Amino acid sequence: MAGPHAALLPAAPGQAPRLHLQHGPIDLVISADGAESEVAAAYRQAGDRFATVLAELVEELPALRRAAAAGDPPLAGATARRMQAAVRPHAAHGFVTPMAAVAGAVADEVLAAMARGRDLRRAQINNGGDIALHLAPGQSYTVGLVPRPDRPALAGAMRVAAGEGIGGVATSGRHGRSLSLGVADAVTVLAADAAAADAAATLIANAVDPGDHPAVRRLPARTVDPDSDLGDRPVVVAVGRLSDGDVAAALAAGLARAEDMARRGLIAGAALCLDGRLRATGAAAPRLAPPPQHRNVHGGTVHA
Amino acid sequence: MPDVPEKIRCDACPVMCYIDDGKAGACDRYANSGGSLIRVDPLTVVANAQAQGTPLVPFLGKAADWDGELVRPGDEFVTAVGAGTTYPDYKPAPFIVSSHVDGVDMVTVVTEGIYSYCGVKVKIDTDRHLGPERAVVRCDGEAIGHVTTGEYGSQMLSLGGVNHLTGGSKREGRVTCQALLDLCNGKAVEMAIDDGSTVVIQAGMPPVVNGQREELMRVGCGSAAIGMFAKQWYDLVDEVVVVDDHITGVLSEHQAGKVLGARPTGISIRGRRSTPGRYFQVAAPGTGWGGTDVTDPLSILGDFKAKQAWPGLTMMMVSTTGEHAAYYILDDDLKPVLHDLTPALVASVERVRENCEPALCSVLFMGGAGGSLRAGVTENPVRLTKSVKDTLTYVSAGGAPVYVWPGGGITYMVDVTRMPDNSFGYVPTPALVAPIEFTMKLDDYAALGGHMDHVVPIDDVVGPEGQRHDQRQLARRADNPWPLDRSHFKWNPGA
Repeated sequence: MAGPHAALLPAAPGQAPRLHLQHGPIDLVISADGAESEVAAAYRQAGDRFATVLAELVEELPALRRAAAAGDPPLAGATARRMQAAVRPHAAHGFVTPMAAVAGAVADEVLAAMARGRDLRRAQINNGGDIALHLAPGQSYTVGLVPRPDRPALAGAMRVAAGEGIGGVATSGRHGRSLSLGVADAVTVLAADAAAADAAATLIANAVDPGDHPAVRRLPARTVDPDSDLGDRPVVVAVGRLSDGDVAAALAAGLARAEDMARRGLIAGAALCLDGRLRATGAAAPRLAPPPQHRNVHGGTVHA
Repeated sequence: MPDVPEKIRCDACPVMCYIDDGKAGACDRYANSGGSLIRVDPLTVVANAQAQGTPLVPFLGKAADWDGELVRPGDEFVTAVGAGTTYPDYKPAPFIVSSHVDGVDMVTVVTEGIYSYCGVKVKIDTDRHLGPERAVVRCDGEAIGHVTTGEYGSQMLSLGGVNHLTGGSKREGRVTCQALLDLCNGKAVEMAIDDGSTVVIQAGMPPVVNGQREELMRVGCGSAAIGMFAKQWYDLVDEVVVVDDHITGVLSEHQAGKVLGARPTGISIRGRRSTPGRYFQVAAPGTGWGGTDVTDPLSILGDFKAKQAWPGLTMMMVSTTGEHAAYYILDDDLKPVLHDLTPALVASVERVRENCEPALCSVLFMGGAGGSLRAGVTENPVRLTKSVKDTLTYVSAGGAPVYVWPGGGITYMVDVTRMPDNSFGYVPTPALVAPIEFTMKLDDYAALGGHMDHVVPIDDVVGPEGQRHDQRQLARRADNPWPLDRSHFKWNPGA
């Protein structure tokens, strides 16, 4: 069995190298801006924390795959507790398991360990599209929006600045690694941390759904992934041609869910993409500027 | 092959997904292809391999001094490193490889065993006091083993074992597993011994005791040192004391000195006299002179007896490694006064040092190839045990020779430095994963109830079809016997 793996990714000219941490299904790409020694120390702290993250999660996997309820006893691991906290506010509104927040929670947990005691201008941990952000006062990141994660191209960009209460950006949809109950190509959520953004993006993407439709093929989750926390719930495996009306209705259903979450203070904003159409709410709506002229993927732009 | 491919359990990471045929695990890196676990991210494999400088070729050994001849049958051996396992081994081992060697059909069963019962035995070449026998050895505060016997110029530790892996708290098990894994993969591990020292251990490297790197083993105990060097010292100095935690030697009283006609010097040693010229317990154990806590060697001496000693008497005190040495001359009150060593004595101390071997840490993995692992080899596991005991089956670990303990089971020990790099892995049980290969004649394999329908010729494993496996080609280590050599087996006519 392979253990955790850490590697510095070659740096673009003028940029600090990024840190790649991988263990089993977890892939983190980490970058930080600050004094060289601070960044090096931060990377070490990240690596140290990362060493046991997966093992800790595996220990509680059965509990993490069970439907969350408001009165659940607290889980043991720090990452598991982040997952639990992120999904608990959604538990009363339908089926959700802590696994809906796993990617974001891992990013948050490693970011917290990495930033502790370090002087960094900014730092970000991208866990397969779920991103935890650390911004010192006055700093910002530009987050690129990719409407179809399987066809990387920027549809817009959002600037996230320090002091706005946004510490996480997460994207969910049909083209990622997780299964979705909905048809959204991508739902990108801004929230206080990556775990909250991850859970919300998962649930909003599930809600982007035209309902029973001949073009939408579904299968019990278990037949697609025997270990899925979704059990026998029907996951979308193929989407044929949807009419403009179907697309609008699906997006409206998702948007309603997102707006409800924004009203309850669970998210700062969301952008929903389906079939080339985009709806946004909350903090995401006014930020969707045209993509920057120079798409500098190594620099300040992070791809959600 | 079964008609309906079954789910397989991926052991590539702690998640241990059950993967259906045609599906990938949670990581999207490993998938089930017709019942075989395959890597589906070849780019990552290539990148990893390049980063490690490992060529992407079969993970087999070939003679290092290959002279350009065509590879002969039997010149290739598949090790179990990276072979994977069929946890919990209710299925045949991942590779059962046949080859034709000098007219004999041989088979090697290759698997990575999961060892809940395993540990490491560590031999630390040092005279320094590491801790009392039976003291607990800790990593990150968790008990991972204990100090066991003192041996020739060295201290033994026994680490791991089932009681620490799964018999204690979860954290104790996890920390123990990590320490064993690191030690077995040749990494340095720092451990603290209760009421003793902090020591950094790395297989094949000198130990570091309380931050100090141990360079040399002692030449022998103090008494042995007197025996070895008496003749050289006798002409240079009236008295020599070799300070040693075990047996401190005194030249003038020692049998070796007597034989040379050494004159009594009136020296008195604070310690328990064993036989003439040999003293136990001259000081407490420590990290000073000769593994004692002595920093001023005169502290182990009483007053010189006026009847025998004389002003101008010369005396050298030296440790068993030659790392410490001092030269004294008695003044008119028969008190030793420190002087510089004479050039001849400097040379003799250098000789002591020269005769000390480099101090090393040796790490032997010890594991029991228990019931379920053997089931991957044969339908009748006890027959494998018997076959090993009967020397019909040769056991190797990553191609390295093992010592199989007598008695029940297949409990073996292997020097981890003779195995390929990073041979070991772990599962979250916690338990270690280590490669093991069983080599025997094909008909012996059939006789012990082997999985004959899973035997594949070696060319099929290493040939083009086999290249879907992440393979690593290593040169044979000259000091490892070739696992397919017939001299291992009872049926060898020369045996």
